[in-house]
Amino acid sequence: MAGSGKAHLRPDDEVLIRVEDLVVEFPVGRGRTVKAVSGISFDIAKGETLGLVGESGCGKSTTGRALIQLPSPTSGSVRHGLVELTDLSDEAMRRRRTDIQMIFQDPISSLNPRRTVGDIVAEPLRVWGPHDKAEQKALVDRMLDAVGIDPDAARDKHPHEFSGGQCQRISIARSLVVDPELLICDEPVSALDVSVQAQILNLLEDLKAEYGLTLVFIAHDLAVVKNVSDRVAVMYLGKLCEVAGPDELYANAAHPYTALLLGSIPEPDPEVVVDEGLVDSGELPSPIDPPSGCRFRTRCPHATDRCAAEEPQMREVAEGHHVACHHPLVAVAE
Amino acid sequence: MTDSMQTDSVDPGRTLLAVDDLRTTFSIPAGDVKAVRGVSFSLDRGRTLGIVGESGSGKTVLARSIMRLNIGSNVTTTGTATFAGRDVLSLSMSEMQEQWGMEMAMVFQDPVTSLNPLVRVGRQVTEHLRSHLGVSRAEAHKTAVSLLNEVRIPEPEARLKAFPHELSGGMRQRICIAIALACEPTLLFADEPTTALDVTVQHQILNLLGREQRDRDMAMVLVTHDLGVVAGRTDDTLVMYAGKVVEQSPTTSLFASMRHPYSEALLRSLPRTSHASHTRLAAITGRPPDLIDPPSGCAFSPRCPYVQDRCRDEVPPLTTGGSGDDPDHAFACFTPVGSPEGAEAFARNVSDGLPQAVAVDLPTGDQMSAPLPTGNERIV
Repeated sequence: MAGSGKAHLRPDDEVLIRVEDLVVEFPVGRGRTVKAVSGISFDIAKGETLGLVGESGCGKSTTGRALIQLPSPTSGSVRHGLVELTDLSDEAMRRRRTDIQMIFQDPISSLNPRRTVGDIVAEPLRVWGPHDKAEQKALVDRMLDAVGIDPDAARDKHPHEFSGGQCQRISIARSLVVDPELLICDEPVSALDVSVQAQILNLLEDLKAEYGLTLVFIAHDLAVVKNVSDRVAVMYLGKLCEVAGPDELYANAAHPYTALLLGSIPEPDPEVVVDEGLVDSGELPSPIDPPSGCRFRTRCPHATDRCAAEEPQMREVAEGHHVACHHPLVAVAE
Repeated sequence: MTDSMQTDSVDPGRTLLAVDDLRTTFSIPAGDVKAVRGVSFSLDRGRTLGIVGESGSGKTVLARSIMRLNIGSNVTTTGTATFAGRDVLSLSMSEMQEQWGMEMAMVFQDPVTSLNPLVRVGRQVTEHLRSHLGVSRAEAHKTAVSLLNEVRIPEPEARLKAFPHELSGGMRQRICIAIALACEPTLLFADEPTTALDVTVQHQILNLLGREQRDRDMAMVLVTHDLGVVAGRTDDTLVMYAGKVVEQSPTTSLFASMRHPYSEALLRSLPRTSHASHTRLAAITGRPPDLIDPPSGCAFSPRCPYVQDRCRDEVPPLTTGGSGDDPDHAFACFTPVGSPEGAEAFARNVSDGLPQAVAVDLPTGDQMSAPLPTGNERIV
């Protein structure tokens, strides 16, 4: 993988968001740039949950943030319906953000410690309306109730009086109070305990059904991603490796990197023999000077000369299952 | 695995660490936080023990209490921890200094903050060797190079000259393991050694720890919140909740039949790749109890789907099951999972509409073998 191509994109009329050739680079001085995201394309259908998965440093969070232009990508296109977001003025983009909301990894630091929970959840309404106080309060109460927080008990408290899981519920309430179409969840459960993680994942599924949301779910935990997603995109070092439906991807991983990730999951079953021979020679290469051709080749057990010379393109290996690899692990009809 | 454990446990000479009724309390202005409330276990030489629980269950405090790392005038630790014939809890700090690194060592959760950022890696790896064993600088350097080779760090000579910030997280954790192994301790505590790391790196680090543990015949205590981590890699497991052991068992028989409702709940709340996408998770309702004023009776009772009136008043003792059960499998519950009392209690709670029972009353089929909930898939 670690390749390019657009074979996996779907027709325009099915998608809510379409991202093409997205590139995000950050200058790091002395003329060098970190190539965080290097030309990826994907789309998100309405009502779908797209899981973005990969190791730290693969550019998954940067991709999520580029969707709401925080910051604007270096090049490429992000289209929301018929609107090209990268062309919008700052003010027009600001207005758009009510449609695209985001929740973050650390629930405690994403809430202002000096404000009350009622204030925090009402803040988006102060900006976008309704401006009637009673109406605002009713909306806030309804939203807190929907995320499982008792509004009467919580309204006048401060974030430090709540646990991590409850703070994550409050930030979900804050992002949903403006009735967005798309919610970007950047590692929303990785700071939480397993028991609380399950509560939040169930809550996101319920809210998605109730409010007709489309979700982008960014995480490094493949089991979590499989649980919530309708489609999963695997990223490595700023490129897409593989895109497929979750059940298909986990049953028939076609990219060696996906197979490596899957083989590394600790299964809570002592009968499963731990694969100590799982080959992984490597560290993530530097995104300042990524490998030529396929970016995964330095860690790939199947790499050949072709992988160094030529970047693999996305191609279909099964219906709705695309992989960017010269030597996929499943048979491909050429 | 179970057979060898039974033969081992009758030989007192194999016991390396025996902890008896250990209690640790922190006094804070709001009251006394009873972080560990009477834990007993023993660990044989060359064996691995997993300690599992949520944040705040007391698993880290337990490990740090045995290592005597809970320093401060507001900490009280009672009970005994007999390590190689001596109660480490009664040793002076200077006597403890001879134990640290030499006899017992620890790998911490966060490899970033457990290394000194201003000191080159080489000096941090050789520090123990120089101070405990008094070896020469040149010899310590040689040992350090072979240690780094052993933990699979490429180009060890160059890495020894590096500062911690020049290395990746996985690399730093390997350095921490090399430091812990330098003086060949007989007991290694690994406190959430992979929680801060990526899943691929986690796999490598756990393999590394397992290999070192076997090669050196070292005993290891692996503290983690992830049941998946203990499943493939420990001989025995303690499940802790609110400062107490709620289930204690050889790992294989624990996973074969979980008896405590909390262990079952922890396993069921894990999303697993073997389940179809959008499988409803059986979340544990509520949150862990306040350890300043823990609930009377069983501490898990406010969240337990099997709870009965008796559980709210009486603390269940840690006992083994009846005949037919593994005699080393102990649990603290009046209505254990898989027993007729448990099934009856659960059915009663569901029909009474108790929220924590209804929440996990998914169409799972057989409660006893605890298959994970597979029903409730949504149509996409």
